[in-house]
Amino acid sequence: MSAKSVLTTPLTKNNPIALQVLGICSALAVTTSMSVSLVMSLAVIFVTAFSNLFVSLIRNHIPSSIRIIVQMTIIASLVIVVDQILKAYAYEMSKQLSVFVGLIITNCIVMGRAEGFAMQNTPGLSFLDGVGNGLGYGLVLMLVGFVRELFGSGSVFGFTVLQTVQDGGWYVPNGLLLLPPSAFFIIGLFIWVLREMNPEQVEENEFVMRKNTMPKEAV
Amino acid sequence: MAQSNNSIKKVLTVAFALCIVCSIIVSTAAVALRPMQLLNEELDRKTNILRVANLYEPGIDVESAFREVAPRVVDMRTGEYTDEFNPETFDHFQAARDPATGRTLSGDRDIAGLSRVENYATVYLVGDTDNPEQIILPVRGQGLWGLMRGYMSIEGDGNTIVGITYYEHSETPGLGAEVNNPRWQAQWEGKKIFSDDESLVPAIRVARGSGTGEHQVDGLSGATLTANGVTNMLQFWLSPEGFGEYLARFRGGVDPEDAQEADVELEAEGA
Repeated sequence: MSAKSVLTTPLTKNNPIALQVLGICSALAVTTSMSVSLVMSLAVIFVTAFSNLFVSLIRNHIPSSIRIIVQMTIIASLVIVVDQILKAYAYEMSKQLSVFVGLIITNCIVMGRAEGFAMQNTPGLSFLDGVGNGLGYGLVLMLVGFVRELFGSGSVFGFTVLQTVQDGGWYVPNGLLLLPPSAFFIIGLFIWVLREMNPEQVEENEFVMRKNTMPKEAV
Repeated sequence: MAQSNNSIKKVLTVAFALCIVCSIIVSTAAVALRPMQLLNEELDRKTNILRVANLYEPGIDVESAFREVAPRVVDMRTGEYTDEFNPETFDHFQAARDPATGRTLSGDRDIAGLSRVENYATVYLVGDTDNPEQIILPVRGQGLWGLMRGYMSIEGDGNTIVGITYYEHSETPGLGAEVNNPRWQAQWEGKKIFSDDESLVPAIRVARGSGTGEHQVDGLSGATLTANGVTNMLQFWLSPEGFGEYLARFRGGVDPEDAQEADVELEAEGA
C-alpha cells in the first residue's frame, strides 16, 4: 500500500459517500451553499486525519474491550476543539453549521476509518488515509453544494451567477434544491457516474431472473 | 501483548489516561478561545440590533454604526428612563437574579417561562432620543428547547413593528430555527402590536397556519411550539409586566397613568 494510493483511492475508487454510503446525513444537511460545504469539509478532513493519527499512535495499547469508546473519546475531543475554533474565528459560519459540527462525532466515516484502518496501520499511513477520506467526503459535498447553490439560489460561493427572478433577473430558482431531499438525487447521479467510470464498483445481482417460460414448454 | 492489553488494570489505566489527556486538550481550547468567542458574541448581538432596525448592510463597520444607536436603561415599572445604571454595562441576567432589581414571577403570570425577571432593561433608540424613529426592545422567553433571546424593533408610535430577530436560541435547525429566516422575519414589518389606542394587552401573535390581519404573522410549519414561545414572549414583554408602560409614553391614546393603574390591577389579580 503506497502513500499515494492511500490518499487517492478514497476520492473516486472507494469514495466514503458514493461507495461506502457513509456520512449521508450531513451531506444532505449542510450542502445548501458552497461556503458552508467547504467549511464542513475542512472540519471533517481535520477530524478524520487526526483521529486516525491518534488512534493509530496508541493502537497497540487499546484494550479490545473498550476500543470503540476510546475511539469515540478521541473523535469527540477533536470535534469539540474544531467547534471552539470555529466559534472563535468563524462565528457566522459556526452559526450556520449549528449542530452539524457537533454531529461530526456521529459521522460514520470518522469512526469507520478509525476502526477499519487506523487500528491496523502505522500512524503516517493512517493520517493520510484520514486526509484522503476527508477529501473524498469533501469532494462529494462540494459537488452537491455547487449544484444546489447554483440552481437553488443562482449563485456560487455567494456570488450571483444566474440572476434570480426575486432580484429582478430571469432565472426562476428551483426551490426543491434548497431542501435536503434534493441532495439524494444529486448523490445518486454522482454514484451512477462513478460506477460508469469504474464498472468494478457495480455489485453483482443478488439473484438472477429466470427466462420466461416458452409456450411449447408449458404444454 | 494482547493478553496484557485486556487485563482489568490495563483497561482502567488506558481509560483514565485517555480521559485526562482529552479533557486537558478540550479545556485548554475552551479557555484559550473564550475571550475571542465572547467578542464574537458581542459583535453578533450588536449586528442583530442593527439588523432588526434595518440599519445593517453587509460589510459595514458594526462598531461605528452602533454608535448611532443610543442605549438607555428603562425602569419597566414606571416606564421612565433611569440613570441608576450604566447602559453599556447593564446585565439583564444579573439584574433579574438580584432581589433589589428583579422579581419572581409566579404561575400564570409567567407566560414566557422566565421564573425571574428584571425591573430594568436596556432599550436602544434610533434617531432623536426624545422622539425616536425606532425603539429596539430586548425580548426573551422559552422556545421548545431552551431560552430564546432576541430584539424587537418598534416605530416611534410605540405600536408598529419594524422587525424581530433572535441572536441566541437552540431551536431545531430547519424547523424552529426558521425564526431567523429572513423571509419569515420580513412578515413582521408593519404589523401592529395593539388592537386599538386604548388597549394595553398586546394583540400581536404568531398564527397557526397563515396569519390574517395586522396582528398576526404566519406560523412556522413543524414548529408550533417555537411559534407559541414567540407569541408568549411578545405577549409578556409588550404587556404592562414588561415594556407596556414604557411604550404607552409613545402611544397617543394611552395615558401613562392609566397604564400604571392597569398594572396595579394586574398585580392585585396576581396576588
